[in-house]
Amino acid sequence: MTEVTELTPPEGAAPDTREVLLNLGPQHPSTHGVLRLVLELDGEYVARVDPHIGYLHRGTEKLSESFTYTQIFPLTDRLDYLCPPSNNLAFALAVEKLLGIEAPIRAQYIRVLMAELARLSGHLLITGALPMDLGAMTALLYAMREREMIMDLLEMITGARMHTSYCRVGGVREDLPAEFFPKIREFCEIFPNRIRDYERLVEDNRVFLKRTQGVGVIAPEDAIDLGLSGPNLRASGVDWDIRRDEPYEIYDRLDFNVITRDAGDCYARWQCRVDEMRESVRLIEQCLAQMPDGPFQIDMPTIAFPVDKTKVHCSMEALIQHFDLSAYGFKVPAGEVYSAIEAPKGELGFYIISDGSEKPFRMKVRAPSFVNLQGLFGTRNANYLADMIAVLGSLDPVMAEVDK
Amino acid sequence: MSARKPLDPAPILARFGERVADLGLTHGVHAFAAPPDLIVGFCRFLKDDSTLGFDFLSDICGVDYHPETPRFEAVYHLYSLANKWRIRIKCRLGDPPEVPSVVSVWRTANWHEREAWDMYGIRFAGHPDLRRIYMWEGFEGFPQRKDFPLRGYKDDLNPYGAEGKPPTRPDLATHDPPKEDEPTPGA
Repeated sequence: MTEVTELTPPEGAAPDTREVLLNLGPQHPSTHGVLRLVLELDGEYVARVDPHIGYLHRGTEKLSESFTYTQIFPLTDRLDYLCPPSNNLAFALAVEKLLGIEAPIRAQYIRVLMAELARLSGHLLITGALPMDLGAMTALLYAMREREMIMDLLEMITGARMHTSYCRVGGVREDLPAEFFPKIREFCEIFPNRIRDYERLVEDNRVFLKRTQGVGVIAPEDAIDLGLSGPNLRASGVDWDIRRDEPYEIYDRLDFNVITRDAGDCYARWQCRVDEMRESVRLIEQCLAQMPDGPFQIDMPTIAFPVDKTKVHCSMEALIQHFDLSAYGFKVPAGEVYSAIEAPKGELGFYIISDGSEKPFRMKVRAPSFVNLQGLFGTRNANYLADMIAVLGSLDPVMAEVDK
Repeated sequence: MSARKPLDPAPILARFGERVADLGLTHGVHAFAAPPDLIVGFCRFLKDDSTLGFDFLSDICGVDYHPETPRFEAVYHLYSLANKWRIRIKCRLGDPPEVPSVVSVWRTANWHEREAWDMYGIRFAGHPDLRRIYMWEGFEGFPQRKDFPLRGYKDDLNPYGAEGKPPTRPDLATHDPPKEDEPTPGA
């Protein structure tokens, strides 16, 4: 800004009230990706905000129309890249509903365990990134340390740190390795204390509290009207969690609390996520305790590769099915399904229209971050430009998911 | 988890008579078909009726049934936070597709409708700010239509695209904001 402001305007002259347009992003560290905000500023106050998105648009929905159902799993990884197992799960559930099948119980436990690990991974990033956006760098470094443990666990299970593509229609790709169990138990033991560490890092940090408490308040009715979901909605006092209210997989066998806060400000959204991490650890422990033995993949050779590979080598029928499945994929009965799960960011829904072929006729992703970003329009008491950063960070959008 | 009471479609159908069709319950979602001119009234009724309470709009999406006629469809997914019901409203649209906007019912519809406009060219009448949301300003055509090539059209920046040009009909002209970079009212 090179403009010089006259401090004492001449007598009788109208003060210069010209508004300034400020372009925040798309390359800006606090936008968590490539988000561009066009802000109309009145001094230091934000008069209007106009988010421009689409910089990461990869046409996931259009692409999926030319992919077989199994090929779409890697595309879903790339939606919310902090928690691919959740995205895989949401898509697998939608296809399974169309097919009228269910994964074996052990597979369901594995998937839920993976989804909760993904939730930890996603929440850990924002737990550290929000204080970092507001100037407290330390929290991020500690959060990343624990996130690294989760990455190692994911790598141990799937061979990949980020884009796991671990789910399959009718189960998961392979069973959990034996060396995973001692590692995850160790993780569950130390992690709750680490969560306490993050809280202690910021709960007495007056700068962080001043910049988040009472800032960016979203009233519950506004939150519902704007379609917010997940921790953003629960921080406004709306008690809704798809895991509890429309239980999928084996969530109805698990005991967990739905975390809500009444304040609806940036701090409440941050707290919600921190407390949800504690619940996720409890869920993981219950999954480990309850997980039965059994198959990790449904026994339907037309949909899933046989677990016992020797069948393919010895039986003509199995060989043909294996070839058919690898070369053409499987057909899904014509119909429509909308299936939503509680992803770390909120309601992640897949709306699939099948025309009876191996590829979806139409796949729509109800991406929670896309909708949550509209929360920018419902915030109260976020007047200053600097508050914008706090609000944006606390809404926790992942731009890859916003842009699909 | 106590068993939830299923949605009874009879009062909804009684209220709108012949105009709303019941498509039945599939995979936990009750579907209805409504004509475009009824959509705002129908949505408002579903939201405001105290026994239904569909206060949460999950999603709006466009569908292209090319080459069928009517070609397009707008699909609304609603959720009732109090009753934990999900419903789907399907609204078949001709070509060019146009349907009244439901932004006046739920503010969250704003971006969903912008997306459907961007991808399918469905015009939402009465939308306060119907601009493209993912594609850049000045982009021609609607990329998720079935007749739009997967790799786009060939031009200087896209040597692998298909030959030809997107159909430019006046009624499909892109609807750009009056002035570039002008901020819009924050919903």
